[in-house]
Amino acid sequence: MTEARELIRLDGVSFQYGSFPVLDKVSFSIAQGDFLAILGPNGSGKTTLVKIVLGLIRPTRGRIDLMGRPVEEFKAWSKIGYVPQKASHIDPFFPATVREIVAMGLLSSRPPAGYRKKEEEQAITLALERVGMAAFKNRPIGDLSGGQQQRVIIARAIVNAPELLFLDEPTAGVDAATQELFYEMLYHLNEAQMITIILVTHDIGIVTKHVNKVACLNQRLVYHGTHTDFCRSEEFKTMLAAGHLVSHIH
Amino acid sequence: MEALFNYGFFQRALLAGLFVALACAILGLFLLLRKDAMIGHGLAHVTFGGVALGLFLNVLPLATALVVAVLASWAIMKLKERAGLHGDTAIGIFSSVGMALGIALATIAGRFNADLLSYLFGDILAIDRLEVVLSLVLAAAVIIIILANYHRLMYLTFDRESAKASGVKTARLNLILTVLTSVTVVLGMKVVGILLVTALLVIPAAAALLLARSFKQALILSSLVAFLSVVGGLLAAFYLDLPASATVVLLSFFIFIVFFVRRRRRTV
Repeated sequence: MTEARELIRLDGVSFQYGSFPVLDKVSFSIAQGDFLAILGPNGSGKTTLVKIVLGLIRPTRGRIDLMGRPVEEFKAWSKIGYVPQKASHIDPFFPATVREIVAMGLLSSRPPAGYRKKEEEQAITLALERVGMAAFKNRPIGDLSGGQQQRVIIARAIVNAPELLFLDEPTAGVDAATQELFYEMLYHLNEAQMITIILVTHDIGIVTKHVNKVACLNQRLVYHGTHTDFCRSEEFKTMLAAGHLVSHIH
Repeated sequence: MEALFNYGFFQRALLAGLFVALACAILGLFLLLRKDAMIGHGLAHVTFGGVALGLFLNVLPLATALVVAVLASWAIMKLKERAGLHGDTAIGIFSSVGMALGIALATIAGRFNADLLSYLFGDILAIDRLEVVLSLVLAAAVIIIILANYHRLMYLTFDRESAKASGVKTARLNLILTVLTSVTVVLGMKVVGILLVTALLVIPAAAALLLARSFKQALILSSLVAFLSVVGGLLAAFYLDLPASATVVLLSFFIFIVFFVRRRRRTV
């Protein structure tokens, strides 16, 4: 059996804001096809870690390889989709249709004439169909509910058919029923579309139901392995007892 | 009215006003959505200091103002990033210093107050051919650069972090927007005055945002409001014997109010 291709490798990654340490010598890797949940209490460095991997902030120490290249030299950003933490807090007065929002993800990495109108429409429609929002294509983004907006932002992240999808607490502020549908959709993207997913979350429901790997952070990497082992681990019990995990899926 | 359009001075005023207004309307939309509406106002004040410096040193006031405005816009950007100041604070600091510099230099020299006043209020009906050409070049540059970077700029404006994560060169685009704004303010100030150029950066875009349901629609509406304000404002100025800058601003505000009422009716 061939081993899955390694998409991300972190080697001794540390980060501090001024003199305040956020991440300390974090090392692990993520393989193609993984659905990885990054867990940890507030302030444990989860969002910082994602931003470092995406090249949004530079680590104080350590090395990050993305698809075999150091992140500083990585150029194929269209192979990566990102749904930021604040995605559910869209400015309701921003004048953009659902189509325009998704087009941002598709066309911002290409020269103005780099895409034919027909291909552009097909890619946008396909991305919206995958998140169940094709019927809303011409609606202003501000007219949609929080859950619907979230789906549109995911469509924007997957419109380039990425190999890697990062989601930072994507269901914050979204009701429980919508969250469950949302996680089902992510599971489908991982299983059927073969998109590797890295999800920052507090929600143990998704950890037990959909993900296959867990990385648990508390400045240091305190656990990295399969979700089944994690659910039997001491780290899991400690986090649950401390109230760092919640469940919206039953 | 037909005869009026045959006058050379009116044709030049109309052309220059429309080109500047178009550049302002397009740039203004991005500035407003980035919550940077006051940068045009701030840069206009800085430019006033730059013009005074040029007059004081007896070098081309417009060129001096352009250099000062670009440097100030870069400094505002850096101050926001490095000192952790809010945008309006950084703009407030530089606009006050720009005005203070202008007033101090005018007082020391004691001879160019009338020239400075023409930059403050502009004189669109006294525009020469060179200024029309400059306005055309400016508007063309703004439109070409915006169109070439349309989706990237929209992405940057909507969600800077995600745009950066998608490989969009956000720092370079920010710089492009800042430099374009500086150039627009400087040339616009010469053509239509500080008062009008800041109003044209803010009011048409603000009016468009009241009704637009897509980004493309917002750009078209903003340009249309600017267009109507300039044409209607110039005609009103001519027939009512009022300063053109004032009538253009007042008309654009009137259109803003009409849009506001229409939006209220739509949402009630």
